[in-house]
Amino acid sequence: MTILAKYTQLRESYHKMAAIGRDPFSVQFDGILSPTEGMLNGRRTILLGTNNYLGLTFDQSCIDKGVEALVEQGTGTTGSRIANGSYTGHGDLEKALADFYGRQHCMVFTTGYQANLGIISTLVGKDDILVIDGDSHASIYDAAKMTTGQVVRFRHNDPDDLYKRLRRLSDHPGNKLVVVEGIYSMLGDTAPLKEFAQVKRESGAFLLVDEAHSMGVLGETGRGLAEEVGVEADVDFIVGTFSKSLGAVGGFCVSDLPDFDILRVACRPYMFTASLPPSVIATSLQALKRLREEPGLRLRLNSNSRRLYEGLRNLGFQVGPVANPIVAVALPTKELAIAFWNGLLEAGLYLNLALPPATPNSLALLRTSVSAAHTPQQIDTAIELFAQVGRRLGVLPGLVQAAE
Amino acid sequence: MTADLNEIVEEIITALGSTLPTPVTITTDTSITRDLGLDSLAVMDFVMVLEDKFDVSIPLERIAEVETIGDLARTIQDLRGRA
Repeated sequence: MTILAKYTQLRESYHKMAAIGRDPFSVQFDGILSPTEGMLNGRRTILLGTNNYLGLTFDQSCIDKGVEALVEQGTGTTGSRIANGSYTGHGDLEKALADFYGRQHCMVFTTGYQANLGIISTLVGKDDILVIDGDSHASIYDAAKMTTGQVVRFRHNDPDDLYKRLRRLSDHPGNKLVVVEGIYSMLGDTAPLKEFAQVKRESGAFLLVDEAHSMGVLGETGRGLAEEVGVEADVDFIVGTFSKSLGAVGGFCVSDLPDFDILRVACRPYMFTASLPPSVIATSLQALKRLREEPGLRLRLNSNSRRLYEGLRNLGFQVGPVANPIVAVALPTKELAIAFWNGLLEAGLYLNLALPPATPNSLALLRTSVSAAHTPQQIDTAIELFAQVGRRLGVLPGLVQAAE
Repeated sequence: MTADLNEIVEEIITALGSTLPTPVTITTDTSITRDLGLDSLAVMDFVMVLEDKFDVSIPLERIAEVETIGDLARTIQDLRGRA
């Protein structure tokens, strides 16, 4: 028996899925033309699944800053910040993020995944309790595996359920950290954060909000869901990423907690990995500046989101509960979702195929993410392609009968 | 086995019955993942149901040690005893 024998079942289901058409986990682009277009199998393809919310990946000012840093400071830092030291850019970006969120402290991580992994697992010590939403992102679940504290789940987006679970723990002397997300990455639904904040206040727990998908998307100035619903004062920690609205890679956590910086020498996913290269720091810093200076990007993004969400809903597709930049279409079976995804890809539309166990309620999802850089025509083309493939596969209600 | 533990086992079996797609005979020796085919997510969701049923907090790391229905019942009994 080989060491990989335990993955036999996984291999079988993977092969079965890939046999239906293209392998959704190994899509390879021949080239990327813009934030919204790429070349795939020799054909121009609309990119509708890249989390590139503000479309800043090809922003000239970001590219210029990145090139400048690359030329002046080299390709990489080749080590961690505690061992090799920080470059000026790391500190500048941390100051800029702290300023953007109006907080005292900020720590930058090499990825958003590591930001959640590191912050959550380090905050929750062995006598503490981590309380997470049942539909949390894998990075939060992995932090839950890594922490030495206890882990309790509550029902997705259910403040009463959270309250009940915190009440059961009220005699427990440890600190409680509640973790929720601004926008959930699979269905695009937002957390009822006002209500969660109230539960947090009543229970004395700490609150961490992962704004990975809501930074640059929600709120008056783009700070995310906490800003949008006016509860920033109740949020003790905000985690976010540079890999979505800022068009690069990396993660961060901001907080007003005194002594927050002690985490720099306690948090292993921060300490024992190489820091971000200067060029990535420079493009992220410039993208944050663009995000702050141009609220028009957010308006365009939200108008595109509504256009796609309403277009797909009006066709009769089952979409998520809110018109956010993540628009997910639920299909009745996994097989149908795989066939649908292949049909769209062949027709020149790229998006994400999301299957259980990565999805809530075992849904089979076609997951799209909208960008401010999409033209209304691209959105309309995407809707039309959904309609065509949906009819061909007999998915659209009303048209199933007509086809018989 | 104490009467209390038997009662917990009965309650678990009743609760499980409504979540399983096909009826299965469940005993204290039934393995939750192997015999019932529940994946890790289904197990975690079932734990939430049990937390509400017994009004007790069942931390996820305690579930990692659980193999059979009997183990699960003993874990709940232990957690209740502490409350």
